[in-house]
Amino acid sequence: MSDLNRLASMLMELDDQMAACMKCGMCQAVCPVFAESMKESDVTRGKIALLEKLAHEMVKDVDEVNEKLNRCLLCGTCAANCPSGVKIMDIFMKARVIVTTYKGLSPVKKAIFKGLLDRPKLFNLLTDMGAVFGSPFMRSADKTIGTKSCALLTPLIGKRHFMPLAKRPFRKDYPSLDTERGESGLKVAFFPGCVVDKMFPHVGHAVIKVLNHHGVGIYLPENQACCGIPTLASGDLDTFLSLMRKNVEAFDGGYFDYIVTPCATCTSTIKETWPKMLDDANSDIKEKVQELADKAMDINQFLVDVVGVKALDHKAGGKVVTYHDPCHLQKSLGVAAQPRELLKANPDYEFKEMNEANRCCGNGGSFNLYHYDLSKKIGERKRDNVRASGADVVATGCPACMMQLGDLLSQSGGGVDVRHVLEIYAEMID
Amino acid sequence: MSNDKLMKEFEAIVGAEGVMNSESDLHSYSYDSAVLDPRVPAFVIKPSNTDQLGPVVKLCNDNGLPITVRGAGTNLSGGTIPHPGGVVLLTNGLNKILEINEQDLYAVVEPGVVTAQFAAEVASRGLFYPPDPGSQAVSTIGGNVAENAGGLRGLKYGVTKDYVMGIDFWDVNGDLIKSGSRTVKCVTGYNLGGLMVASEGTLGVFNNIILKLVPPPKAQKAMMAVFDNIDKASESVAAIIANKIVPCTLEFLDNASLRYVEAFTKAGLPVDADAVLLIEVDGHPAEVAEDAEKVVDLCKKIGATSVHLAETAEERDKLWFARRNALPALARAKPTTVLEDATVPRSQIPAMVRSVNEIGKKYNVEIGTFGHAGDGNLHPTILCDRRNEEEFKRVEAAVDEIFDVALSLKGTLSGEHGIGMAKSKWMEKETSKATLEYSLKMKRAIDPNNILNPGKIIGG
Repeated sequence: MSDLNRLASMLMELDDQMAACMKCGMCQAVCPVFAESMKESDVTRGKIALLEKLAHEMVKDVDEVNEKLNRCLLCGTCAANCPSGVKIMDIFMKARVIVTTYKGLSPVKKAIFKGLLDRPKLFNLLTDMGAVFGSPFMRSADKTIGTKSCALLTPLIGKRHFMPLAKRPFRKDYPSLDTERGESGLKVAFFPGCVVDKMFPHVGHAVIKVLNHHGVGIYLPENQACCGIPTLASGDLDTFLSLMRKNVEAFDGGYFDYIVTPCATCTSTIKETWPKMLDDANSDIKEKVQELADKAMDINQFLVDVVGVKALDHKAGGKVVTYHDPCHLQKSLGVAAQPRELLKANPDYEFKEMNEANRCCGNGGSFNLYHYDLSKKIGERKRDNVRASGADVVATGCPACMMQLGDLLSQSGGGVDVRHVLEIYAEMID
Repeated sequence: MSNDKLMKEFEAIVGAEGVMNSESDLHSYSYDSAVLDPRVPAFVIKPSNTDQLGPVVKLCNDNGLPITVRGAGTNLSGGTIPHPGGVVLLTNGLNKILEINEQDLYAVVEPGVVTAQFAAEVASRGLFYPPDPGSQAVSTIGGNVAENAGGLRGLKYGVTKDYVMGIDFWDVNGDLIKSGSRTVKCVTGYNLGGLMVASEGTLGVFNNIILKLVPPPKAQKAMMAVFDNIDKASESVAAIIANKIVPCTLEFLDNASLRYVEAFTKAGLPVDADAVLLIEVDGHPAEVAEDAEKVVDLCKKIGATSVHLAETAEERDKLWFARRNALPALARAKPTTVLEDATVPRSQIPAMVRSVNEIGKKYNVEIGTFGHAGDGNLHPTILCDRRNEEEFKRVEAAVDEIFDVALSLKGTLSGEHGIGMAKSKWMEKETSKATLEYSLKMKRAIDPNNILNPGKIIGG
């Protein structure tokens, strides 16, 4: 009981933030998880009420509350639409850290986060091996997208159609780079992120091609680590901070105007989450973290707002492309016009808006791992919207969304390609 | 019957997935949007079709289990806070629009249909369902009918009750009771549907609701009139209506609300103004143009310091931005937002607003007032922190006095939020002892075991 007391007093740290929730329930209108289950505990108001009750020791079953707390995509749609401006993402992230600190990290997560993610060299080595050894057991699922299925892995990942690990990760071709500012007079640091490095290296290549084309110098240091968001979402603050530190060290000493990523989630993590999660033990890198956060920018935004890429003013033709707004771009960072501008800049494509383009695809990072059926249900609405648009290609700005869209479209008969906006834009550059 | 046995009986009716009774599930349904203490039920039952409603109600009645029906839980008077140890009956799975009849202008819906989704579906058929409560993005039709919800269009288009043509509902024995009709005229028997409106779940459990639809207006025009004196704003409201113009919306923001909205939005609002009126007229384009011009002239004549007429859709949106942001702006100022809906005859608005401001000073609490000037429905909104016990006592005292004043001005306790638990203590004061007795007798006859949302409206 005194133990529960400790948890309650830790949660009381969030009391001021939680008190701002007036329980109006407007989050029900926008929450993708609630739309499927219609359960109060699946919507933000319900989760905050449960956390408050845990903090005030009115409920005692921590496991149950924790389980309900984790049924959240962390898409931030509720926060973007909250009439009272409750800092929902901050509350949920901190609550996950508090509950995990109290309960301890599961052995599997501990092994993955501390044993693997926090050791980038070992992580890279193992994924390289996976890319070589995994292939004989995989079957091609959809040729357009390039997804595979694997009966051998069914107990682990279900009947997902997934993107296999790339035969040659991005960093093999570009272990490091430090090029001069070109005619743009700009230089950026490049943070490809894990998924681009290991699964979609062609997205990384597209970024390099586009930056070179626009005369933007590139600083790409070795020893980049995961941005840390999977660890924080699981409440593992220690590994998150350790990964943040590794990245700060990797980029330290380079000269650049911006740090760009082709991953919506990495950008929002570096820009918003890193500075928020700094603790006393990491105060020595506070300035450097803030500097990186200030310089962090989504690649679409960089190309349109800084480099000045503009859409064609005539309607182009050829293939039809539609765009899915990743939550971390649209809701967290307010980047929505720029990717569309880039897609409209390629004369070989006709851009067509889909219905509910900014509705979450249901991936939510590890949410997809633990709640695959729910994730799929949420995604099916996205899939239907993509198909209804009649697009040949759905483009987006987040590799995690690309994985989810690939699975959904591949499972439903394929025929629609899933691409990163930068790939479409890079196609027009010789 | 033991809880385990009851659980099995409920499961036999609604399936295992329709019964929730874990600690965290029960606590998830212990509150609504009202600033009141939560109360934990014993079961949460979620039927997946309306045929399951009768057997659920009967089982509860046979076992003396209190039922609180809940749609989206946006109730502002505690009407959906359950009875401790009772049953929360969730209707949000009963969300089918059964019929939209474009020829005879009506619709039939299940109680869990979300208001805004229904209105959008109706609009896509070229028709109009006018009631638009502030929570319409999530609130359900069943809840709107049970509370007789209002909204911004009350002045010209009326409130929910003006659109209810009939309701089929379950009585405590699990029998289906039919009321009303799909016809415009219907005088068959007691107006039981009318009795159900605003009954807050105390007299029956809704099955299907027949709603009237109307043709949408062809055009609208919005304007903002700024006043340095609240009496002039109120005189303008009276003058507009006296001149036989009925705006679809006639909204009011007081100085405190204006300041909060401006601090939050930086939209360039007149923070020195005593009050602004936001007015929209709708109808036939020629009529709208003429009415808009007349409204501008009237406001200026009475003493508006400026009147801005929106010429484009963009300008119209900009005008409504202030009104839409009144509650969010107030809600962000302090942790707790006590949103009241004291309502007075519209001629009494200046007296009401003056009193509210005096009460705010007297009890040293912050109050911003906005609301529906056209129908006298004001929302004095008290900003506080419920965790501060001393302050909250002052808030409660201020609320009491606000209702005293509203009643003394021949107003009412609630324009659109309902009585629920929050205001039942005031019922006798507005009505009479005999009225309460009459209501209690009716309730006892219909619900002898007092299982239908006990304790709400008339207490008991």
